Order: sequence, then C-alpha cells, then structure tokens
Amino acid sequence: MIAKLKGSYGSGIEPLSYLGQNYMVVDRSLIPEILQVLRNEEQFDYCVDITALHYPTREKQFDVIWVLYSFARNERIRVKTQILDGATLPSSVPIWMGANWLEREVFDMFGITFDGHPDMKRILLPDGWKGHPLRKDYGILQQDNEWVQINLGIESGQ
Amino acid sequence: MTDPNTTLSHLDLETPEKPFLDANELVINMGPQHPATHGVLRVILRLDGEKVLGLECVIGYLHRGVEKIGEHRTYTMFNPYVDRMDYVAAVSNGLGYCETVEKLLNVEAPPRAQHVRVILTELNRIASHQLWLGTHALDIGAITPLFYTFRDREEILKIYEKYCGARLTTHAFRIGGLQYETYTGFEKEVKNFLDFFRPKIDEYEELLTTNRIWVERTKNVGIISAEDCIAFGVTGPVLRASGVKWDLRKAQPYANYKNFDFEIPIGQNGDTYDRYLVRMAEMRQSVRIIQQAVEALPEGPIMAKVPKVIKPPAGEVYHSIEAPKGELGYFIVSDGSTQPYRLRVRPPSFVNLQALDVMCRGQLVADVIAVIGTLDIVLGEVDR
Repeated sequence: MIAKLKGSYGSGIEPLSYLGQNYMVVDRSLIPEILQVLRNEEQFDYCVDITALHYPTREKQFDVIWVLYSFARNERIRVKTQILDGATLPSSVPIWMGANWLEREVFDMFGITFDGHPDMKRILLPDGWKGHPLRKDYGILQQDNEWVQINLGIESGQ
Repeated sequence: MTDPNTTLSHLDLETPEKPFLDANELVINMGPQHPATHGVLRVILRLDGEKVLGLECVIGYLHRGVEKIGEHRTYTMFNPYVDRMDYVAAVSNGLGYCETVEKLLNVEAPPRAQHVRVILTELNRIASHQLWLGTHALDIGAITPLFYTFRDREEILKIYEKYCGARLTTHAFRIGGLQYETYTGFEKEVKNFLDFFRPKIDEYEELLTTNRIWVERTKNVGIISAEDCIAFGVTGPVLRASGVKWDLRKAQPYANYKNFDFEIPIGQNGDTYDRYLVRMAEMRQSVRIIQQAVEALPEGPIMAKVPKVIKPPAGEVYHSIEAPKGELGYFIVSDGSTQPYRLRVRPPSFVNLQALDVMCRGQLVADVIAVIGTLDIVLGEVDR
C-alpha cells in the first residue's frame, strides 16, 4: 500500500516504522487528498484520534497527527504533517464525522485552526479563555488570570 | 380550536395573529448540575414541545489538564494520575498506560503478571458494567437494581482492597508488571465471587429484560446505525450493539487475551435495548474469562527487568485497549528523557459523546436521559 501511495505522490510521503507501528510523514500540501485516498480507497474508515505536538525550537513548530484504523484490514496507521505556527489545516470533518470534537480539542489546546470546521470553538476550556495550554511556552501553573478574576471572582495565583 | 368556555377570558384568543406563547422551538438547558447526566455534563436541548430537534453538549467542567501534567512527571509518577480519568474503571486505565510504556521500553510483563492483570481487568469490566446497570436503570426509573448491582460491586472492590489497598483509584499495575504478589486466598476469593455472581446476572435479566416498562422505554430509543458509529469513531458496546463484531481483545490482542476462549456479543438494531443486552452478555463473557484465568494461574516472577529510572529511547507509540467503555488509547511521545514529551489519552467517552446528537434527534426528552445513560460516559474521561 505504501508503495502505491509513494508511486502516486513521490517525495511528499515518507513512510517510517517504529517498534512495529507504521506511520508516514506527509507534506502539508498533500493533506486533504491523502486522507481522502486513505479513507476511500484504502478503507481506513475509522479515525481513531487527531492530536498535535509542539516543538518550539523547530522551524515548523507543530506536528499534527491522525491515527487511522481500518476494520477490513485490521491495520492501524498514523499520518503526520508539519506546519508552521499560525498555519491552518483543512478540516477532516467531511471525511470522518468523528473528527469534529477531536479537531476542536486540538484547537483548544494548541491553537491550530481547521478551515471548514462547522463549529471551531473551544471545547474543554471556557469560551473566553486566552492561551493554548498544551504549547510548550504555557507554564504548568499558568492560568488566564483575567478570566478567573472576572468569572470566578477570586484573585488567582493558586 | 379555541374553546369559548375556557376561563382564560382575559387573553385575547380571538385574534390569531397575536399568539399567546410562541413555543415552536424552545431552547432548554440541562445544566451541569443534574442528577441524571452522570457527572458535570451540560446539554443544551432544542425542543419542539417534548420532541428533541437537536442538542449540543458543553463539556470541560471536569478538565484537570492531565495531559499537561503528564509532560511534567516521570513515567512512574504519572501512573496514579491515570486512574483518576475514568474513575469507575480505574484498573483498565492503568493497564492501558502500563502496556503503552512497556511497548516504548520494548519489555513484556512476565506471564504470571499478565494473568493477574487479565483477572483484575475483567473484574473491573464487571464492576464498571454493574455501576452502569444500576445508574442506567435508576435514570429510567427502575430503582431496585441499583442496590443489588452496588452490592456486587462491593464484593469486587473488597478484592481490590485486599490486593492493592485501594477500592476506587487502585494504581494496581506498575510499568513492567505488578508490584504486589497476590495475597493468600486470592484465587479462592475470586472463584467464590464468580460462583456468587453468576446467578446474579440471570437475576438482573429476569428483573429487566422482559419487563414491559423496560422494553417500552428502551426499544427503538437512541438508534444509531453501524455506518454512523464507524463515521463518528464510536467504539465499545455501542458499536457492538449496532452489529459490528469488533473487540480489541480479539482484533489486536494485548496482555494474554489470546490464551482465553470467549465470544463477542453483538446486537442488531443499535438501540438502547440492544446495548443493554450486549453489556449483560459481556459480563457473562468476563466471568468466563476470569474462570479460565484463575484456574490456570502460572507461577513465576511478577515484574520484568525494568530499569530503576525509566528513560525510554526517543520515539512514539500508540497503544489501545478495550476498556469497558470503548477503545482507550494512549499516544506517548518520548524524547529520551525521564518525562514524556507528549502524553495523549484517547478517551472512549469523549468520542462516543459526539454521537449523542445523532442518537437523540426526533426522540422525546425522557429518551435523552436514557441515551446518556446507555452511552456509559464518565466525565472524568471526557474532560480529563
């Protein structure tokens, strides 16, 4: 399967494997197409998870990862792409409906917006919160003091 | 349509252009404080009378930032945090986490440890389903099963307490195996529990399965088709009740489930009644697995050779297990240091809850309660 995809997309895909788990690093430009192909032709019909990684010292700071599973092939695969800070990605909601809340969580925690998402707003944190906690430059004890003072009426600071 | 003998004479009922109450669509808040939402879940309902036109879930009231905390704790230090996510079935969370880190370290727990892990995890499945049954029946109106199921849960929690000292947040497993050897009389107590519990499932089935009120409240309520389930990423008993025969214990076996003989119950319609039947059948299969495991418990060490300071080589791994609620996955990225670089938990309840909207369209408000109960969500897991 990897050979077929590599044949179509050439240098945009780099297949790798670690500890027996296969994943591919894909160019950002190929993104909605590769996911479509994986779902429609290669039968990866179950989007297990969408998550992100933050590498602040790298030029392309964010890694967005899709974990996909195919019932027919009983195979799990990861698709990884690297984007710059502030860049956006096309939403996978038209491909898998379950990507809805998963992408909202990535937006909430990392600040990566997904174009075409029906409801791009925060999910776990309150709506007016400023900051994206899972970024590496957000402190472990840091809070949005303004929101806490306005809404909870306490002077924050733990 | 308007009755001239009505006593509402002070209202102008003659001119129909001035409606008394424009109630075509009512937006009602089923707030975070609610006895039937199984935790702090806020559901905003759009109603036409009592029919649900659509709903939106607002979550995050129990968000504790577990993933961020994971980046600042060592691998062993993070182990107790994992129990607190799905606090109803804490042992499964621990199993998922320990197995993922063991995968990163490329070690495998010894056979005796894996056997005991299977026993405790399946007991956990029974305990979780018992809590589900009690609270689900209570939401629908059947108050009696709650007391019986919690009594059975007590027996399981007694075993956990004797084994690791804690009932609810057990921290039962360690990376590489187990810390505690099973106490004297462990096998006997587990066997006694199985003999005590086996007829109880039949008792609960007798109370509910052919009960007319139960059937009317749960048949054709919250139907979700298999294609919708797969599109939403719904897993666990909900997926199996819609007809998809898929269980991670059989499809991608972990621990040593390969050695045990059990079946995967499925349903046909994908309604609440089928989900109830699937979970009851799963409890029976769990009893079967525990019986096989406890009879064949091997001797041997309980901890693999794992270094004192756990520093996995740089890399990433995704591993998931079949928790009582669905597919619980852990995606751990290591950068070679003692603390994970990123620790992502893929919670089954979070993904299953997305399907609530689709399952409740066109049903009555009372059915929303039944569907929230049947999805078996735990807010600790949804929000982390």
